[in-house]
Amino acid sequence: MAAISRDDVAHLAKLARVEMTPDELDHMATELEDILGAVKRVQEVATAEIAPTSHPLAMTNIFREDVVRPSLTNEEALSGAPAKAEDRFKVPQILGEE
Amino acid sequence: MTTIYSSASEMAQALSKKDISSVELTKLHLGRIEAVDGKVHAFLHVDSQGAIAQATAVDAKRAAGEKLSPLAGVPLALKDILAQKGVPTTAGSKILQGWRPPYDSTVVAKLKAAGVVILGKTNMDEFAMGSSTENSAYGTTQNPWDLTRTPGGSSGGSAAAVAAFQAPLAIGTDTGGSIRQPAALTGIVGVKPTYGGVSRYGVVAYSSSLDQVGPFARTVLDTALLHEAIAGHDERDSTSINAPVPQVVAAAKKLDVKGMKIGVIKELGGTGFQAGVSQRFNEALELLVAGGAQIVEVSCPNFEYALAAYYLIAPSEASSNLARFDSMRYGLRVGDDGSKGAEEVMSITREAGFGKEVKRRIILGTYALSSGYYDAYYGSAQKVRTLVKQDFEKAFAQVDVLVSPVTPTTAFKIGEKSNDPVAMYLSDIATIPVNMAGIGGMSLPVGLAPEDGLPVGMQIMAPVMQDDRFYRVGGALEAALLSKWGKPLLSNIPELGGM
Repeated sequence: MAAISRDDVAHLAKLARVEMTPDELDHMATELEDILGAVKRVQEVATAEIAPTSHPLAMTNIFREDVVRPSLTNEEALSGAPAKAEDRFKVPQILGEE
Repeated sequence: MTTIYSSASEMAQALSKKDISSVELTKLHLGRIEAVDGKVHAFLHVDSQGAIAQATAVDAKRAAGEKLSPLAGVPLALKDILAQKGVPTTAGSKILQGWRPPYDSTVVAKLKAAGVVILGKTNMDEFAMGSSTENSAYGTTQNPWDLTRTPGGSSGGSAAAVAAFQAPLAIGTDTGGSIRQPAALTGIVGVKPTYGGVSRYGVVAYSSSLDQVGPFARTVLDTALLHEAIAGHDERDSTSINAPVPQVVAAAKKLDVKGMKIGVIKELGGTGFQAGVSQRFNEALELLVAGGAQIVEVSCPNFEYALAAYYLIAPSEASSNLARFDSMRYGLRVGDDGSKGAEEVMSITREAGFGKEVKRRIILGTYALSSGYYDAYYGSAQKVRTLVKQDFEKAFAQVDVLVSPVTPTTAFKIGEKSNDPVAMYLSDIATIPVNMAGIGGMSLPVGLAPEDGLPVGMQIMAPVMQDDRFYRVGGALEAALLSKWGKPLLSNIPELGGM
């Protein structure tokens, strides 16, 4: 497995929407390499014939009746909003000007 | 006479006999918090007003002759990862600073319905990622046994509050050992119920296939009473098990292990475990034998891969779960000066709001899930999870419960491991397999290590939804230890001053 580079970390940080300072990128690259070195042991025993387990409980979809139930008021739902306007969440620009 | 040193059961009894009111009992605990929390820093937020109001309401109901739940009027400390309506809930993170949830988590709703008085919110590693509370954005909690040491984590604040007699009961969450490890390091009882045994609705999610809410207390019976109060199916959590709650209170009262088969997991002991930890663990086994239990050694050969698998699975799920902290609907927003787009504001906010370990795990998880690496990392980790489950199944075919030390060492010094993530991760080596398989486990204090005088915990594990088994073994062992020592382990804890 290829070692993780500083550029890889910068790309991952972009994917995860976390800004990182050059200093943080340097640190994170070294630390991730250490951690990946330790965790890649899973490959020693993970052979093709073993089925993966994604969850402790074997379950299928859980449905409920499609009926209206009490829920948060508009005011409650907006109570933690960083910004609001006209009873709605106010967010920074999502689409470009063009 | 009822004091802060009484057990929750004793408090409940005194309340029902009207020897003390809930308001008086709550004020005693608020006074204790005021006196010692400057040293311990177990709490992030003390809700004195809310607690007194809850206590007043319980007292009024009792005066009116209403039928009350067993723990009505008894105070509790709540890990700051559970939503409580109108009360600050941060999950130990700057990104949620100042957030007051507009709703109650199911566990909080159940506690309120049972008349349990919530004193406040306790410190934790940010988003439950850590084993020492050192990753909290709001400072480290000190271990009441030795203030230079950590109480463990991530539910370190809850454990420290119970050990320091600031609350007789507390709620924590356990994703890889975050209830059992701090319970062991502070000399109290902590239980991670079977996955799905307690609702996760309103609990800030870290790793959804591993997270579970559970109780802390100073005795096995108190832990069982709290377990029953919070457990049960919840239609708001589709992963909660729709089956009767195991009879844990009855099991805690049995005080008998005659004929039970107890398996000692060979791989979770010996090399790498502190001498005093092994010694107290082995002495506890002798008491179980004296009580009529049969000890068998069992092997779980794949457990040695569980830690590695955990540090792929948990960060992977976390990288997805923590995507919700996007600065749009609640929580922190930084850099929104009108000139920047949503994605840029999101990135700046997440940089400012997340701590180092959280970023580390988000990046690690993003990597493990990314195309080209998925099979090698996340996929392999899921296969290890299958192997760990199979190891447990084979072991439980031979025995009723499994035991091991909870942690390789007693409480470590603050700062000792904070710059070495891999060393920190090792402190969860014995607790992680339980979460991987979704079974339940208890941490029970079994003595003080001779070399440092710090608490040692025994982990008792049982198959899915057989949580009553570890309460039965824990209750019997606690009684045997008490008669051996002549006094509870916590009576050895240093005075913190104050009352």
